[in-house]
Amino acid sequence: MDFTYTETQDMIRDTLSRFLADTYDFETRQKFINSDAGRDPAIWTALAQELGMLGASFSEEQGGLGGGALENAIIMEELGKVLAVEPYLPTVVIAGGALKAVGGAQAKALIPDIIAGGAIVAFAYAEPQGRYDLANLRTTAKKDGAGYVLSGHKGVVYAAPWATHLLVTARTGGGQRDRDGVSLFLIDANLPGIVRRDYPTVDGSRASEIYFENVAIPGDALLGGEGAALPLIERIVDEATVAVCAEATGVMQKLHEGTLEYTQQRKQFGVPIAKFQVLQHRMVDMFMEVEQARSMTIMGVLKLDLPENERMAAVSAAKAKISRGAKFVGQNAIQTHGGIGITQELAIGHYFKRATMIEGQFGSADHHLDRYERLTLAD
Amino acid sequence: MDMEFSPEDLAFQKEVRDFIAENYPDHLRGKQDEGEELSKEDYLAWHKILYKKGWVAPAWPVEYGGTGWTPTQRFIFSEEIARADCVRLLPFGLAMVGPVIYTFGTPEQKARFLPRILSGEDWWCQGYSEPGAGSDLASLRTAAVRDGDHYVVNGQKTWTTMAQHADWGFFLVRTDKDAKPQEGISFLLIDMKSPGITVRPIITLGGEHEVNEVFLEDVRVPVEQRVYEENKGWTCAKFLLAHERTGIAGVASSKRGVERVKAIARTELDGDRPLIANPFFKRKLAELEIDLTALEFTELRSLAGPNAGKGPGPESSLLKIKGSEIQQRLTELTLEAVGHYGAPYFRGFGANDLGGDNEHPIGPDYAHRAAPTYFNMRKTTIYGGSNEIQRGIIAKMVLGL
Repeated sequence: MDFTYTETQDMIRDTLSRFLADTYDFETRQKFINSDAGRDPAIWTALAQELGMLGASFSEEQGGLGGGALENAIIMEELGKVLAVEPYLPTVVIAGGALKAVGGAQAKALIPDIIAGGAIVAFAYAEPQGRYDLANLRTTAKKDGAGYVLSGHKGVVYAAPWATHLLVTARTGGGQRDRDGVSLFLIDANLPGIVRRDYPTVDGSRASEIYFENVAIPGDALLGGEGAALPLIERIVDEATVAVCAEATGVMQKLHEGTLEYTQQRKQFGVPIAKFQVLQHRMVDMFMEVEQARSMTIMGVLKLDLPENERMAAVSAAKAKISRGAKFVGQNAIQTHGGIGITQELAIGHYFKRATMIEGQFGSADHHLDRYERLTLAD
Repeated sequence: MDMEFSPEDLAFQKEVRDFIAENYPDHLRGKQDEGEELSKEDYLAWHKILYKKGWVAPAWPVEYGGTGWTPTQRFIFSEEIARADCVRLLPFGLAMVGPVIYTFGTPEQKARFLPRILSGEDWWCQGYSEPGAGSDLASLRTAAVRDGDHYVVNGQKTWTTMAQHADWGFFLVRTDKDAKPQEGISFLLIDMKSPGITVRPIITLGGEHEVNEVFLEDVRVPVEQRVYEENKGWTCAKFLLAHERTGIAGVASSKRGVERVKAIARTELDGDRPLIANPFFKRKLAELEIDLTALEFTELRSLAGPNAGKGPGPESSLLKIKGSEIQQRLTELTLEAVGHYGAPYFRGFGANDLGGDNEHPIGPDYAHRAAPTYFNMRKTTIYGGSNEIQRGIIAKMVLGL
C-alpha cells in the first residue's frame, strides 16, 4: 500500500504547474477564450513539444512516458487549477484511452500524432434524447460496401470546433436503447456531410452541435467490434469521469483558496470578514470537501482496473461525491464573496461556472447514485 | 501509488486473522451478540490476551513495549480487530496517558506506570472536563496547592468515562491561578483510591453508566506524580488531544456497521418488498457508504501518503469530524430500519448497577440496542473536542485564519 507519487509524477506536476503559471494567468485566458479561435493553439503545441505532456499517459513503446490514469489525473488537476480549455480530456484521455484499449493499426497511426500535438479529437457521444445513457442512440452507421454511412445528430460536443478527428458512437444494429448494436468510430472531422453549428459554452470552452448527413466513412474507422463497443465506451467514459473528478479537485481547490484569500482582505464592521466564525466554519467545510474530492479521485484512479462492476461502482461513488462537493464549494465561494462574486470581474465566478458544468459532466450525482445503488445495494 | 498489500502484509493479515479466530473469548462474543453491557473483566479479558501476545500497544515505540509494525501493518491490525467485532481496548491508558508518560515522563514514572498500563493491571480514567470547562478546557478550576512534597487537590471533574472502574486517573489541575489560562495548568497522576475522591455515576440517554462526576476534596498527591514541569501541563494536554483524534475516524467499525444496516434492511419489510428496496432508504444508505469511502481514502492518504509517519497533524480533525458524523448517521439509519421495535427498552441481562433483568428482550435481536445506541452515539460529535472545536482547529492550524 502506497499513496505517494513517484519522482516522475512529481516532475510532471511541477513542470506543468510552472508552465501554466507563466502562460495561463486569468487575464491571458480571458483574452484568448474571447478571441475568434477561442484558444491559443501555441499552448497546445508547447504542451506537446516543449513539455512532452501529451505523451505522459502513453506507454514507452507508443512514444510516451509510460504513465496511465494517474498521470492523466495529475495533469487534469493542474489544468483545472487554471481553468484550461485545452482539449486534453477528449484527445488524450478519451481518444487516447480508446486507442490504447483497441491497439492495432489505428493506434499506431494516430497515437504519435496525438503525442506530437497534431491531432485533436472531440468525443461525439451525447444526443438530445439520451441524457446520460451511453446506449441511447439514434445516430446510425449503416454498412455500405467496405465502409459505413453515418447519419444523426450529436449534441454539445466539447472541442469540436478545434478537432481534427471525431470519436463517434453510433448504432450499427439493435433498438434505440439496446446494449447490443453500439459501435465506435474514429473519423476525420472534415468529411463531406459533417455539418457543425459551433458555439461558446458557459464555462469558457467551445462546442458544437454536429449533424451527420449521410457521411461516408471508411471501414477501418471502426474501433473495436461492430455492434459490441458498449463495454469499451463505458470503460473509456469511466476513465474520463475520473479525469473530470481530478479536474474538479483542482477547480475546487482554487475556489477554496480564492475564498480564503478574499475573506482575509475584505473588511466589514472594521475587521477582515475571515475573523467571523460563521465564515471560518464554512471555509472549513469547503476544505473538507476539497480533501474528500482528492481522496475520491485517487480512489477512482486506483479502482479503474478492477472487474467491471467494482470499477463502475467506484467511479460512480467518486463522481456522486464530487458533483455534490463541487456544488457546495462553488456556491459557498460565491456567497462568501458577496456581490463581487456574481460578476465576471473576478476569477472566482469563472471557477464556479466550470465547477457547475462538471457537476453534470458524464452524469449528475443522482445518475451516479442510481448506478451505484444498482451495483451495490441489491435487495 | 497502489492500494495492494504486499505478500508480507497479506501474510501478516492472515496471522492476525488466525490469532483472533483462535483466541477471542467465546463468552465475550455471546454477550456482544445479545447486546449486553460489558463489565470491567470483559474489557480486560481481551486486553490481557493481546498483552500476552505482545500486541496490546502497536502504536508505542518498541522500547516501551510497542510492536514496531509499519503504518500499513497497524492499519491491517485495526481493520482485522474491527472486522471481527472485538471489544475495543479502552484508550485512557494505552492511547492517552501512556504516550504522555513515555513522551514527557521521568525514567521513574515510565518504569512505574508503563508496564502496568500494558498489562492491564491499572485501569485509567481521564480528569479533564469540569462543569464550567468543556470546550473551553483551559478555563478549568480544579486547583492543586503545593504543601511540602505533595499537592493538595480540590475541585470537581465531570464526564469521566469508566471512572467507576479506575485505579488511576490523569488530571489537569490549576497550579497558578494568576497566570494566563493555558499557562497555569499541571498534569497530575492521581491514585483513584486516595482519600477525598468521590465518584458519582451519570446515566446517559441510552441508560448506560459510562461517565461519572469525580469530586476531589483535599486529595494529597505526591509531587513525583506530576508529569512534565509545573504549569506546563497544557503541553501534555495538547499532545494528548492530537493522539486522541487519530484512529477516531473509525472506518473499519463503520464498514461493519454499514453491512449490519444492510442486513437489517434486507430482513425488515416495507410493504411487499424488503426495506432496502425503498428508494429513499436505499439512497440514504448509498450516500452513507460513499461518504465512508471518502473518509477511508482520506485516512489512507494520511497513513501512506507523502506526509505519512510525521505524526497526527491538525488535518486529523477532518477525520474526527467526518468519522463521527458517519457513526451517528449509521445509528440513525439502524433505528429507522427497525421500525416499531426501536421502542421497547432493554436494560441488559442479569444484575447490573442499573437493575437489568433476565427476560429475553422484546422484538428482533438487532433492534434491542438500536435506540439506546442512537442516543448514546450523539456523544461522538461532542467528545474529544466537539466538532465545532475541530473546525476551529482546522481554521486556525490548516487554513491560517
